[in-house]
Amino acid sequence: MEPKPNILTVSGLRVEFDNHVILEDIGFEVARDDTLAIIGPNGAGKSVLFRALLGLVPFTGKVEWADDAKIGYVPQKLAVAKDLPLTVNDFFHFKEKKQAKIYEIIRSVGFLEEAKHLHNDKRVLQTRLGDLSGGELQRVLIAYALLGKPNVLLFDEPTSGIDVSGEETIYDLIHKLQAEEDLTIIFISHELQVVNHYANSVLCLNKEKICFGPPIEVVNKDNLAKLYGEEVHLHKHNDGLNSHKHEEKNNHG
Amino acid sequence: MDNNLIFLLLVGALVGAASGYLGSFMVLKRMSLVGDALSHVALPGIAIALTAGVNPMLGAFVALVIAIIGIWYLSEHSEVYPEALVGVFFTASLSIGLLLTPEPDLLEALFGNIDKIGIADGVMVLVGAVVIFVVTAAISKKLLLGVVSEDLAKSQKIDVSKINLIYLLLVALVVALGVKFLGTLLTGAMVIIPAVTAKNLSKSIKSFHLFASGFGIASAVLGILIAKNFGIASGPGVVLTSIVFFIVSYFFRKK
Repeated sequence: MEPKPNILTVSGLRVEFDNHVILEDIGFEVARDDTLAIIGPNGAGKSVLFRALLGLVPFTGKVEWADDAKIGYVPQKLAVAKDLPLTVNDFFHFKEKKQAKIYEIIRSVGFLEEAKHLHNDKRVLQTRLGDLSGGELQRVLIAYALLGKPNVLLFDEPTSGIDVSGEETIYDLIHKLQAEEDLTIIFISHELQVVNHYANSVLCLNKEKICFGPPIEVVNKDNLAKLYGEEVHLHKHNDGLNSHKHEEKNNHG
Repeated sequence: MDNNLIFLLLVGALVGAASGYLGSFMVLKRMSLVGDALSHVALPGIAIALTAGVNPMLGAFVALVIAIIGIWYLSEHSEVYPEALVGVFFTASLSIGLLLTPEPDLLEALFGNIDKIGIADGVMVLVGAVVIFVVTAAISKKLLLGVVSEDLAKSQKIDVSKINLIYLLLVALVVALGVKFLGTLLTGAMVIIPAVTAKNLSKSIKSFHLFASGFGIASAVLGILIAKNFGIASGPGVVLTSIVFFIVSYFFRKK
């Protein structure tokens, strides 16, 4: 038997909660080793799509992962209390027994380079999960997803709640991961610049599929107007993209 | 110290350690009040066991298992956690239990009486405590990952709902073990108080579990000694001792 060329094939995907249709007729493919970005306004169903891909919410339609797909999931955030008596090291031990592996992974997400910083690799392992900064937590979550060598990484908004310098670190890291052999990356993003920079293909989502294809072909004025509303300019930073006015315009679409 | 007292202290220490350890998860799951109210459900079970002439621990355990399955089912199958319903259900079973319990046994059922603890009870506590430690340790990582992020746990193919049911059944077991010492009104306290005390003092999960079991043991042993010396009921003795630990720990808490 020939191996499937795609690591993920989705067709006719539909998700509804309490008779509200969240996603309808979604179909796309992800080739092995590719990087797919999912973009769309707030409330477009991006996170719900992720949850469906992971099998966390009920759906109809098809979500077919390749037989050898091993998924690492990086959630947007964790709802942990600040005083939860759980260190980063405890957290990693949920998935990995060998301490050496944990050191290796924590260094691979860039904690070693900051040895002069207060939280270097060893310190960060002894920090409580609730005491990490947004950027640190994001990297810890990436490291956690990387434990056990997945060949697919799902990132839900890698840079939400992180300051600009932290954002750069995260995207550098994603860029580094792209160089890895056999690692497919699927990420949700608000930022068009990032999408153009890193993704091989883009899925524009607003309850239904607005566009799908390589960024150069599909990220154009028409599609963005359909996605976010009329006034979006392609090369502008995305601050204005998610205003509620735009969402309302698209809700019936 | 006579042999009987040493035996009681040992059995009490086992109950304390097991409740503290299990309670540490209860506190993280933010189910403290459910754990406390749950113990009231034991009363009708004790009443029926006393009337039928079987060991009240068994009666308590059966009643608790029924309640646990109810709580688990509600929390899995409804969108909102039905806290009010749990409150109604628990007070109802307490009232029914009060009516059913034979009058002479009532005080003992409510507050515990260590003088009535025999070898058979000790053996049950020992077996129960071993089961609790072994099973909890086996599911602890999955349980905790579910506390940190249910999505993350499910994405690792962990059956969160099954793990929760196993955990809650262990809570039923530990409350049943504690019933003779502390009575139905106060056993829940032993699941909660040593664990919140430990939480004040711990940064890592290991120290949290150790402190929770340790405070469970210390509260039980000191509480029983105090109860014996001053001729008071063991339940209030143990619970008040654990509360003193809690108050002290509050001033040393790790921020």
